[in-house]
Amino acid sequence: MSILINKNTKVICQGFTGSQATQHCEQCIDYGTRLMGGVTPGKGGQTHLDLPVFNTVVEAVSETGSTASLIFVPARFGKQSILEAAEAGIELIVCITEGIPTLDMIEVKVRCDELGSRLIGPNCPGVITPGESKMGIMPGNIHLPGKVGVISRSGTLTYEAVKQTTDLGFGQSSCVGIGGDPVPGSSFIDMLGLFESDPATEAIVMVGEIGGTAEEAAAEFIQSEVSKPVVSYIAGVTAPSGKRMGHAGAIIAGGKGTAEEKFKALEAAGVHTVRSPAEIGSGVGEITGW
Amino acid sequence: MNLHEYQSKALFREYGISVSNGIPVDDSEQIKEAINSLKGDRWVVKAQVHAGGRGKAGGVELVDTVEQAEAFAQKWLGKNLVTYQTDDNGQPVNTILVEECTDIAKELYLGAVIDRASQRLVFMASKEGGVNIEEVAATNPEKIFQVAIDPLKGPSTNEANELATKLELNEIQKGQFKDLYLSLSKMFIEKDLSLLEINPLVITSEGDLICLDAKINIDSNALYRQESLAEMNDISQEDERESHASKWNLSYVSLEGNIGCMVNGAGLAMGTMDIIKLHGGEPANFLDVGGAADSERVSEAFKIILSDKAVQAVLINIFGGIVRCDVIADGIIEAVEQMGVNVPVVVRLEGNNAEIGSDKLSESGFNIISASGLEDAAKLVVEASSGSAS
Repeated sequence: MSILINKNTKVICQGFTGSQATQHCEQCIDYGTRLMGGVTPGKGGQTHLDLPVFNTVVEAVSETGSTASLIFVPARFGKQSILEAAEAGIELIVCITEGIPTLDMIEVKVRCDELGSRLIGPNCPGVITPGESKMGIMPGNIHLPGKVGVISRSGTLTYEAVKQTTDLGFGQSSCVGIGGDPVPGSSFIDMLGLFESDPATEAIVMVGEIGGTAEEAAAEFIQSEVSKPVVSYIAGVTAPSGKRMGHAGAIIAGGKGTAEEKFKALEAAGVHTVRSPAEIGSGVGEITGW
Repeated sequence: MNLHEYQSKALFREYGISVSNGIPVDDSEQIKEAINSLKGDRWVVKAQVHAGGRGKAGGVELVDTVEQAEAFAQKWLGKNLVTYQTDDNGQPVNTILVEECTDIAKELYLGAVIDRASQRLVFMASKEGGVNIEEVAATNPEKIFQVAIDPLKGPSTNEANELATKLELNEIQKGQFKDLYLSLSKMFIEKDLSLLEINPLVITSEGDLICLDAKINIDSNALYRQESLAEMNDISQEDERESHASKWNLSYVSLEGNIGCMVNGAGLAMGTMDIIKLHGGEPANFLDVGGAADSERVSEAFKIILSDKAVQAVLINIFGGIVRCDVIADGIIEAVEQMGVNVPVVVRLEGNNAEIGSDKLSESGFNIISASGLEDAAKLVVEASSGSAS
């Protein structure tokens, strides 16, 4: 078992013929992902990476029966690409694209919820179920099929957590980078809920960072809904508050958002926190006795 | 991206929002002409910097004569204003806004931000406007009223009426507030703002609502479709190294310590700073080379780090996912060849092509200390930085 994707998941790629998409789709195929084809408007009918190219997501879905889409389009096309996937009935949308305007994402998030599509990202490394399928840009070789579920807002810190749990032999059930944008498609809570009900996941690693209140909300959820052991690291204890304009940011945050506040909320919820990003793996060992 | 108050107010006027009459000047010799073209016999002079807290820091004054205004301009133009929202160096004052004086009966607060928790555009208002609004929010959060805008329906008069009623405005003011709210929310959405703040929003002695201050922050992800706003960017308000870095798509923030850091990914960059501090070191900067770093960009990043004379050791921590470690290694070697380096450099490469990268560095003949993991890298660089300090 796993969450979100497995070896049977049929995947298409939007922005398929672009250079980034090409490079990463090749790696996804090598990893074992069932990539069925891709979408690039105006290039329908061509073949790319030995796979069919379609003009629209609707065509790609009806021809290939895919249920998941991996998006690599320029930021200015992010909103329309995600909405096109959701409207075509794609169940899982993983958007790697970085730099989509926040107001676009507010609308996209509401529309995806209405249409029943799950969105991961944008501005994220993607999703992987080790040994089965990879929808994203993470280096596949650091992963090991296993029992830790990993959720993170940051790409490279996810890799850090993955490598440590691999080196210790625990492995991962699935890993999800939810992305660092102000309005992500999926939250820590969404992923915690999935890992809690996934039989293959025996422990959860949650890597957060300063800003926003997603970690505080996750702490509340963990307290009431998560029975599995959770290890957490929050990046940015030493980050400077920096220059700022006005008060609105501080008022809306209501004293939340600092690394210390997040650590405090998580500890109060029974989460095993580590203060060093090098201790994530050993933290899992401590709390599980593995 | 931030706008200055005078730029924000110009944008307000475009949307028919009522603000004080004012003229920006960048030379004290323009003061007289500015004042002569404004009404009244008292004026407000305001230093234009990208920071709040100007009043308390002496950057805003009420003047009765042209001479007083000129003295204010001479005092501030070309100088730095330090407020509690800036760093210790403050922000350079290149423009003074001269405004007509408004007789204030009452100061309110009105702000709008994207609330991450509700994922909505939220307006906040309070009867307790003015300099202590953050204190009010902390001690009496019930005095801050909030409404959220439905992303599919857009702003509505209901939200305006709800806030106006809670602010206990009279009927005329309620009408003015409704227009203000609808214009501001329209502007927020059309101009891709990420923060909008009017503190204070005042009720004048004649009973009218007018925006006395204006702060605007624009979503930098949306600048590609806000070209006229992007052109207003005043780079003098940014740290020189930071703005140079942003030209290379590097995210750099200078700090007080002596260990230069180059990392890929913002989260890992913060994590690297945390672990340096846990081992007793002090990071000199935050630097995220990004996912698409090539050797040229890495080389530039290295130069920016070394241009900070406080740096006594450098830690390069790369976990290659998108980036290839051998490309990073090429960039490091190129930079060292071009500019020489007199401080110890600790390198930790992991992930994509890490071994090729490490081999390149060890074959380069430069004094590069190779670390075997994150913990090891932090220990080595802290040791190296204290070694070269003594």
